[in-house]
Amino acid sequence: MPRMTSVLLLAALLFGWSGISQAVPEIQNWRTDNGAAVYFVHAPELPMVDVRVVFAAGASRDGEQLGVGVLTNALMSEGAAGMDADTIAQRFDSVGARFSNSALRDMSIFSLRSLTEPERLEQAVDTFADVLGEPEFPVNALNRERARMRIALKRQEQSPGEIAKKRFYADLYGEHPYANPVLGTEAALERLDQETIRAHYQRYYVAKNATVAIVGDLERDAAARLANRITGRLAPGDPAPALPAPEPLKADVGAILQHPSSQTHVWMGQLGVARGADDWFPLYVGNHILGGSGLVSRVAQEVREKRGLAYSASSRFSPMEARGPFILSLQTANENTEQAMNVLHQTLEEFVTEGPTDDEVERAIKNITGGFPMDIDSNSEIAGYISMIGFYDMPLDYLDRFIERVSAVTPGSIREAFQRRVDPDSLLVVTVGRIDGQS
Amino acid sequence: MHKAILLFSLLCLAAGPASAALVANGDRTHERVLDNGMKLIVREDHRAPVIVSQVWYRIGSSYEYGGITGVSHVLEHMMFQGTPEYPDGEFSRIIAANGGSENAFTSRDYTAYYQQLEASRYPVSFELEADRMRNLLLKQEDFEKEAQVVMEERRLRTDDQPNTLTYETFMATAFKASPYRQPVIGWMDDLQHLTIDDLKRWYVDWYAPNNATLVVVGDVDPEQVFAEAEKHFGPLEPSNISPPKPRREPPQQGIRRAEVEAPAQNPVLLMGYKVPVLKSAQESWKPYALEVLASVLDSGDSARLTRELVRGQQIAASAGVGYSLYAARDSLLTLSGVPSQGHTVDELEQALLEQVRRLREQPVEADELERIKAQVTASKIYQLDSVSYQARQIGSLESVGLGWETAEEYVQKVEAVTPEQVQQMAREYLNADALTIARLNPQPSEPQNRDTKGASLDAPHD
Repeated sequence: MPRMTSVLLLAALLFGWSGISQAVPEIQNWRTDNGAAVYFVHAPELPMVDVRVVFAAGASRDGEQLGVGVLTNALMSEGAAGMDADTIAQRFDSVGARFSNSALRDMSIFSLRSLTEPERLEQAVDTFADVLGEPEFPVNALNRERARMRIALKRQEQSPGEIAKKRFYADLYGEHPYANPVLGTEAALERLDQETIRAHYQRYYVAKNATVAIVGDLERDAAARLANRITGRLAPGDPAPALPAPEPLKADVGAILQHPSSQTHVWMGQLGVARGADDWFPLYVGNHILGGSGLVSRVAQEVREKRGLAYSASSRFSPMEARGPFILSLQTANENTEQAMNVLHQTLEEFVTEGPTDDEVERAIKNITGGFPMDIDSNSEIAGYISMIGFYDMPLDYLDRFIERVSAVTPGSIREAFQRRVDPDSLLVVTVGRIDGQS
Repeated sequence: MHKAILLFSLLCLAAGPASAALVANGDRTHERVLDNGMKLIVREDHRAPVIVSQVWYRIGSSYEYGGITGVSHVLEHMMFQGTPEYPDGEFSRIIAANGGSENAFTSRDYTAYYQQLEASRYPVSFELEADRMRNLLLKQEDFEKEAQVVMEERRLRTDDQPNTLTYETFMATAFKASPYRQPVIGWMDDLQHLTIDDLKRWYVDWYAPNNATLVVVGDVDPEQVFAEAEKHFGPLEPSNISPPKPRREPPQQGIRRAEVEAPAQNPVLLMGYKVPVLKSAQESWKPYALEVLASVLDSGDSARLTRELVRGQQIAASAGVGYSLYAARDSLLTLSGVPSQGHTVDELEQALLEQVRRLREQPVEADELERIKAQVTASKIYQLDSVSYQARQIGSLESVGLGWETAEEYVQKVEAVTPEQVQQMAREYLNADALTIARLNPQPSEPQNRDTKGASLDAPHD
């Protein structure tokens, strides 16, 4: 565990817990010489370091070039600074470093884990810096990765869950960039060339559009040098512009898609909230009760525990830079679809109308606050948290105040927040499965 | 060129003066056996004020026989359905109210239940686990509902997943006598005909302290944990446990092939060779040499399959190798992949066979072994970032009868493997006689042309 600042659990006072004190990692924050935001936690217990660099360059920045975000992300390690993909891979692997990259709607993410043993760390960081700062996007790699993305697109097409998810985002967001399919489309991939990818890189892979998270066995000055080194060849540039606000659904909408599966996948929902929303904590605790806490949640109780209709049934808010979705989902044998959907809808409706009970709120708060130590008990989890805090520009005391803010949630604040944010009469419903009488 | 620019900063990144001294795993791992035969293992990890507590049972799908496949996993589900003392989901509610998260998993060789809690709260977990080890209610109505849930799980994870479906057929083709032919989740027809009496028998036969291991990893004092464990688990009566029959697979005499035709988009190829595992091997270096062999092909993006088949020849969109060093029974070394666009499964099969041929004909390169050594020594440290990982490793090794200390030998054993040994393993085991190949041949979906009645993969609902 990283160096700690001790914070007394407010929950202990509120709920009569045995006064355990909770330790929260101390986050240090600065900017690199060319403007990248750095978030650092000193964790001296293990001789290793985790580095995560996040650019606002996910699929929501694709514009007309659908798929360019993921393809650019994937190509960075396929040729850089005069090295081919084999050499880059060899330089990471031969020191036991782990490099990975991925792109979502908001984020383009690059992660490195290495031992801090100097010769290993040197080579790993050196290579990481090359990948971020001097990618070459060779044509042969571009063609190969594009072909692999087509295979990934086809893999989505054989999965009813993936089909449902894709359609859900497309219909929920309409003209908004969150509607962009993350992997692009067959046709759009065909059009992507080196020039498009370079332009994308030059616009978005800039220091002021980057968040660097570092957790590990380094002193602050070594972390500062590391951050400068991995971002050193990035142009300062500008942050990505704010995303537009998505338009809410006007009324119930739905899509029924046929798929030769034994189950029907159901995705139901509407717009949720953006990161940093004022009413985030009531919504978070409320959703925990509704469908966010595994088997003890209302959705799982009604759908699974009482009726055996599904293996997994849940609800969640996915806050993003612009308003992310609020989603309820389940999968059930085709012939039970209508029953399961009714149960899901009714569970939501009741929750929004009546709100949670006092007892449910008390138990949810105990679960969340009591579980908080486990959320931050590893370097990899802390790296995830601080890169999120940095990327979404959340307050540095987010973790310090987490327990206090969760504990301040009341049944009334949950009911109020849900009634303001969630309209059970205006839901998007997507089903994918074998459905009688439809084609 | 850029290297020159960066040279000046060499060593500037060196770790702070005092990397915290790592305490050897052996020195912080403590064990005890209760009078009733239950084994307790505690590993101290004081990085964070948390613990993971796991109860492992030596029972899983490889203990099952025809007609009741899936019973271990359904019983795992039923373990959350209550006892007289804590009925109707009380277990989960109590753990949740204590800030805990919990779950369970069933595999071929073991079933494990776990809770993650703030470090002082492990007695809550012990109280509940001890109770459900001997006092499960197993009510008919709960069973009927939970059996439905498990069938939904099977539909979700197998029937509607063409790749998993292919893997299931692959294992059932490779193994005839060994119980590894059975899917952990069970065959759908067996699930449909399970009864509460099947579960009751299974529970009585296998859920006992002398068939269980308690593993706790976290910020605890081992002596206190032992005392608390004694208090909760000590009074439980042991059972007469009859160890499972060996059910060894007879030697395979010739290549086996299976084809799976299912609605899908991408073909898949699975190839598996019968190989020994650490538990069964006569000479203990052999499984480690097989482990290195697997890593030569697939460990990181610079390993042969990705470098040569995905990037070089571009025959595969993806390719990988699997080997279960710590399985309880002889298992498979698998090579698998998805052909890239414009290439066929046949070409991929030939390319993978060519990789095998090369392993037989040429010793692996020294720098490949160096890379693998660098990776395993680093992994040994990375693993310590997760208390759950450490507990799973301890629990699984104990449950298959290898003992947790086995993991502590891993790096040294891998480092000792020579190129000649890897080659010898390829020659000895990677032979066509012991090979099984399964393919997924994608079929068009054509949903509009399919009758919704009777065309289902499992036809469960008539």
